[in-house]
Amino acid sequence: MDILITGLILGGTYALIAMGLNLQYGVSRIMNLANGEMLVIGGFTAFALYTAGQVSPLLTIFIVAPVAYVLNWLVYRIMLRPLVKRAKSRGMLEQDAILTTFGLSFVMVGLMLWAFGGDYFSYSYLARPVVIFGDNFGLNRVVAFGCAALLCAGLYLWLNVSRAGMAIRAVAVSPENARLVGIDVPKLSARAFALGGAVTAVGGAVISTFLTLDASTGVMFTMKALIIVIMGGVGDVRGTILAALVLGLGETLVATFIDPGLTLAAAYALFIAILLFRPQGFFGRKPT
Amino acid sequence: MKRRTFFKATTLLAASLVAGAAMAADPIIVGAVAPKTGPLAGGAAVTHWPNIALWVKEVNERGGLTVGGEQRMLEVIEYDDQTNPAETIKAVQRLATQDDADIILAPYSTGLNLAAAPIFDRLGFPQITSSAATDQIGELSAQFNDMFFLLGRSSDLAEDAVEVLAELREAGEIGNRVAMVNVADAFGIELAAVGKPALEAAGFELVYETSYPLGTPDLSPIMKAAKAAEPDAFVAWSYPPDTFGLTEQAMIEELNVKAFYTAVATAFPAYGGRFGAAAEGVMGIGGVNTASPAFQDYAARLEAATGSKPDYWASGMMYASLQILEEAIETTGTLDMAEVTQFIKDNSFETVMGTIDFDDENNNTAYWTVGQWQGGEFKGIKETGREGAVAPILKTGWE
Repeated sequence: MDILITGLILGGTYALIAMGLNLQYGVSRIMNLANGEMLVIGGFTAFALYTAGQVSPLLTIFIVAPVAYVLNWLVYRIMLRPLVKRAKSRGMLEQDAILTTFGLSFVMVGLMLWAFGGDYFSYSYLARPVVIFGDNFGLNRVVAFGCAALLCAGLYLWLNVSRAGMAIRAVAVSPENARLVGIDVPKLSARAFALGGAVTAVGGAVISTFLTLDASTGVMFTMKALIIVIMGGVGDVRGTILAALVLGLGETLVATFIDPGLTLAAAYALFIAILLFRPQGFFGRKPT
Repeated sequence: MKRRTFFKATTLLAASLVAGAAMAADPIIVGAVAPKTGPLAGGAAVTHWPNIALWVKEVNERGGLTVGGEQRMLEVIEYDDQTNPAETIKAVQRLATQDDADIILAPYSTGLNLAAAPIFDRLGFPQITSSAATDQIGELSAQFNDMFFLLGRSSDLAEDAVEVLAELREAGEIGNRVAMVNVADAFGIELAAVGKPALEAAGFELVYETSYPLGTPDLSPIMKAAKAAEPDAFVAWSYPPDTFGLTEQAMIEELNVKAFYTAVATAFPAYGGRFGAAAEGVMGIGGVNTASPAFQDYAARLEAATGSKPDYWASGMMYASLQILEEAIETTGTLDMAEVTQFIKDNSFETVMGTIDFDDENNNTAYWTVGQWQGGEFKGIKETGREGAVAPILKTGWE
């Protein structure tokens, strides 16, 4: 029971890390390698507001989300739209986007160093035990799991019930055909990218309550997010959630029963297995 | 036309500036290379860079360094090596050949200093390392004649931590059961390789032992297993992110050991800042004599000049390395590095960390090995010949 809960909580953390990239890659077709940096910026904002004015990170997300939305929208309009326009195929767009966002990640690290310095950003928030079924868990991690659950449920409902959500899913499935039914694909792509960035930054703010960040930790989160999005299937919220939970449970099982030293190996073994036997991911569509 | 006049004006201005500068003595070019990005950037931002900023600021406010009867200002050229040894080497080379640096400061961390040792040696610059802890001091100084060591031997750091536990046990304060974990990365592995046999030799029972990869996002399975083993003492040969993570998990799991030790970054001000009163009694690698007026004065100046507090381990040593270099240059009155190196070998130096002199292996044999958070300061409790060690206290919960 204790392992199950630990695994689920870690899975929730992973969902927070990967959900934004899933939107950006699945809908806007931008493999955003600066995703982790956006997460760290969210974490920094939470840290800065908490240490300066004791603002709860759970309130900070209401500032972080709109600001990150606007920032990411601008990034898409200024940097990525030209790539989308000139790309002749999806493969070419992915290649260009990877190179551009890779560069962007360096710019963002540089800006963070300039603005915040390279020091560790570490604070204590809700670092109290809560007892669930007789075992202790960090309250901050449990709260993060709650945030992840809310965020995922909200996104899933919005994508499946609302008209805008349906249009976004249409773009994810087939941008060419979405245009034929009157969907403004460029506009929606920009919005999905911005939304993805906002989700990532919110995830960063929540995660910073229990993980120690510094300006150059972003790349670690990008790698994790990449694995989860590809495992889950590109462009499907359910896949990302499932992959995050599987990864969280898998790592916790290995850490508890085999050896904590093998968690990374286990994560990548799982990743390879899925690439071998189900390359489209849990919920991805087979290429036709 | 307008644009052309603007160009003329700026060229004139630039020319007059150059002429103005030429009247004063040429500046001394100080080359600095260390991580500003990458895994060690967080540590370098605390321990390394602020000291350079403070030193250059204070020397320049005095009017510069006196070399051959002439006062010359310092001018720093900084490179980010991205925590990548290949970049460190390239940057040192670039500083020497393209930037014509007069002095090159030793880089940050054990790994990057070892990587840069051959190039420092070839270029003939003294390499006064202040953040490198290694057991190969003898071999290294034999091979690289101008490499100096301030932070000591890594085995002393681990063995002394075990010794503190053994002393607490002899005094009847703690029991015999120890849980030991380590991060599966360079320094963590090295410390564990020394620490484990030392614990066994001291007669401790290792009730739990494991390693975990650097950057493990969830350390709770480790802490749960450690707690289940019911240890009397917990020892982690850890790195910065997991030093914070393990401490937080220990609080959450209510691991009530009487001795709790985490390695790198326990001495960082951010550790005390984050855990506050809960940090009381936590032991870690490093330590300083916090009661020393020289250290207190240095800490105050560093914070005033750079806004960052020194850590309680290598920060002071980093500043001491700059003091040593400064004294060697001013006393010999030259920027001839061979002469400066010889002076460093032959003399002892008064620094913010106390008197420092080097043995035949270019090693400073007196350094701090174990410290402990007591009353909001990380005080040295174990050393190899420094003054001001305080007695260890027991950890009493996490409130």
